[in-house]
Amino acid sequence: MAEPTAERMTAPMATRTEETLARAVEVSRRYGDVLALDGLSLDIRSGELVGLLGPNGAGKSTLINLFVGLRRPSSGRVELLGGSPADPARRRGIGVTPQETGLPANLRVREVVDFVAAHYPSGVERGALLERFGLSGLERRQIGGLSGGQKRRLAVALAFVGSPRLVFLDEPTTGLDVEARRSLWEAIRHFHAEGGTVVLTSHYLEEVEALAERVVVIGQGRILADGTTAEVRDIAGVRRVTLTCDDLPGLPELPGVLSTERDGARTHLLTTDADTLVRSLVRADVPFSDLEIRPTSLEEAFITITARESRAA
Amino acid sequence: MALLLTHARYQFLETVRVPIALVGNAFFPAAAMLFFVVPAAGDHPVGATIAAASMMIFSVMTSGLFTHGIGVAEDRAQPWDPYTRTLPAGPWPRFGARVLTALGMTLIGILPVLAIAVFLTEATATPVQLLLGLGALVVGSIPFQLLGLFIGYALPLKAAVAVVQLVFFPMAVGGGLLTNPMDPPAFIAAVAPFLPTRGAAELVWAAVGYGTPRPLAMVMFGVWIVIAGALAVWAYRRDEGRRFS
Repeated sequence: MAEPTAERMTAPMATRTEETLARAVEVSRRYGDVLALDGLSLDIRSGELVGLLGPNGAGKSTLINLFVGLRRPSSGRVELLGGSPADPARRRGIGVTPQETGLPANLRVREVVDFVAAHYPSGVERGALLERFGLSGLERRQIGGLSGGQKRRLAVALAFVGSPRLVFLDEPTTGLDVEARRSLWEAIRHFHAEGGTVVLTSHYLEEVEALAERVVVIGQGRILADGTTAEVRDIAGVRRVTLTCDDLPGLPELPGVLSTERDGARTHLLTTDADTLVRSLVRADVPFSDLEIRPTSLEEAFITITARESRAA
Repeated sequence: MALLLTHARYQFLETVRVPIALVGNAFFPAAAMLFFVVPAAGDHPVGATIAAASMMIFSVMTSGLFTHGIGVAEDRAQPWDPYTRTLPAGPWPRFGARVLTALGMTLIGILPVLAIAVFLTEATATPVQLLLGLGALVVGSIPFQLLGLFIGYALPLKAAVAVVQLVFFPMAVGGGLLTNPMDPPAFIAAVAPFLPTRGAAELVWAAVGYGTPRPLAMVMFGVWIVIAGALAVWAYRRDEGRRFS
């Protein structure tokens, strides 16, 4: 694990006005016998773009539901914009995306946007909003007649209707094709660039990697890692060792290998200790060529952290 | 208040954009009116008026039980419903809008009955009686709306559809809506005062000038409101903690 230098510790403090917009303090949430959140604490500061990462059932959605006032914690405290999420006045400062495709099929695009806008003291202009999300010209269409991607983009657009300071996007791009996903990312970045704060969960690690500045890995209701994208990658310490070799010794003989993947002539080995692995490859006189060692993707880091955690549990 | 109207407007829009829902809502009371009341009591001013009032209670029951019982259960299955709870509004605009929508559906349901009563029977009522009758219908709808809300918040959609039917039919028949209120069969005479249907019907009958509500039926009507109200609130509160997500 890389030791954070003093410089790294102080840099964010100096460049940001650290106002906490949302805070969970020692929060637990129980559904019957299931403990979805287990004494979790998290601060969301203004201007951040936070990615919540974790396997299904890790507690990400439960955490978001607590922040947006849909659920109350079994124990602990949740604050939103200096008050309780249960207070509608606090929720004027946030925007939320409905999950999946649950928009009322009989209403028109324009009507749903106006319905949501009626809840906020001020809002963005409808035409501009729809344009930013690639929905221009669809105002009069009934939602039931939109394509899956259009519905999804409309659902995400609704989070921004009330000019919020903070948006919660739970799986914002599920079911979108690559192009639609990228244009949505663009809209989210635009909001963030103008000073907005974003909390998003995603199944697509690529998405968190592309968007988030801060990554919070959640597993079994607790925070497993919290840092910048690069830091989380470092915490996992996983390296990808790629080589060309016809006859690789069996897995048990290679130390610290997490997974092996063959791609034509190339073999990818994921390891927590690239140095030892390479040394033992050399010692065993393995006839490899074109050796390459690279830092892993966030996805690989994430799998390692959560796997390590469940082994410990 | 503005939010209440906003919610009511969009809920109503959602409902009326499915025209068959309106037809279904209005069909049964109107059909019963045409097939039973017009041939049997159409020439009889008192009988036709009372029967028309009974059919309007029918409409009140279907609107309250079905609009809420099935509508709420259906909404709860959609992610849109929890989403609306994240909007900056308390629970009341949405709750109140549900009640207003059901009243709107009631009104749509009774219009055909009213038209049939006016044009095809000898039923009579003064404008004042008509207004009083409408007021009595609104009051009479309370226990059915509360029962509908209870069923909708307590049960998943498929169960709600079945339970609403199970509740509806005995209450309609047992309450004496399909029999002569002046000379009911013994069984119905014994059961009716204990059902909310009868209390609601007696209020409406009295409003259009026939009879005075009996104490037993009125007390039971109140008891139903209290019980159904408590159940509806309990189911609404429980709903928050039950669903996983």
